[in-house]
Amino acid sequence: MKSLAELQAIKEKMKDKVVLREGTNATRVVVGMATCGIAAGARPVLSTFVEEVNALGLVDTVTVSQTGCIGLCQYEPIVEIFEAGKEKVTYVKVDADKAKRIANEHLKGGKVVVEYTIGANQ
Amino acid sequence: MKELSLNILDITENSVKAGATLTEINVSETENDLILTITDNGHGMTSEILDSVTNPFTTTRTTRKVGMGLPLLKLAAEQTGGEVVITSKHESEFPESHGTVVKAVFHKNHIDFTPLGDVISTITTLIQGHPDTDFLFIHSKCGNQVALDTRELRETLEGIPLNTYEVIKWIEEYLHEQYSEILK
Repeated sequence: MKSLAELQAIKEKMKDKVVLREGTNATRVVVGMATCGIAAGARPVLSTFVEEVNALGLVDTVTVSQTGCIGLCQYEPIVEIFEAGKEKVTYVKVDADKAKRIANEHLKGGKVVVEYTIGANQ
Repeated sequence: MKELSLNILDITENSVKAGATLTEINVSETENDLILTITDNGHGMTSEILDSVTNPFTTTRTTRKVGMGLPLLKLAAEQTGGEVVITSKHESEFPESHGTVVKAVFHKNHIDFTPLGDVISTITTLIQGHPDTDFLFIHSKCGNQVALDTRELRETLEGIPLNTYEVIKWIEEYLHEQYSEILK
């Protein structure tokens, strides 16, 4: 069984890293998690981004966070990506597979996945 | 909603948005019933808001005029012959004991009962998005229970954020283990 002692070990391991991380996350991935987003499938989209950001080694530069209703409920799940010095990119009707591709091509590769953006879906 | 766990995620988001520092999510199952109780210590609602809160044309959001969270929970409960009861104490009248309790009763054997679904994912999603507020999760079934209290984890972690990837993974595995050993 998992125990709190294990959590203690995680704490010891993370102590130094977390100090380093503060303020270094330049890119923000924001997933809409209001009723509309949740009903449309935002929960697995969020967990895919959390998994991929970790798997791709982007934890120090990318934060994954949640927001309320963005106001475009018919396009949910919606994911917005904010990067310093760049225009915001809005992805619509995202699912776990699309999230994986966005993480690999956009977050890791720096190339917007145009076909999933709101501009390509209107 | 496809799963009750998604309604739980949605309703608990309301608690966090209402300024709750602690939200308890309690799922209690008997042979025939599933009772979901979400209790928070947020701002609470005035009686006018409370009276209209299951009407879809009541919402706190500013981007739209329609709020479907509580109406969808009510629908999910009532279609099984159950009900939703909401009680609330607004901070203006109850400065020391404000908060809201949403209680939903589902009859599990009804054909229109929505399965609970991936409740672990709901808990980790809540903690990932709101690492600075506390959640107490209890799921009991026929005398056995699975529980998680973020206040305990926070104490052990001494300042390491609860939404650190390794911590979220630990919580996920911890709950999976508890479910497979306690609530088989």
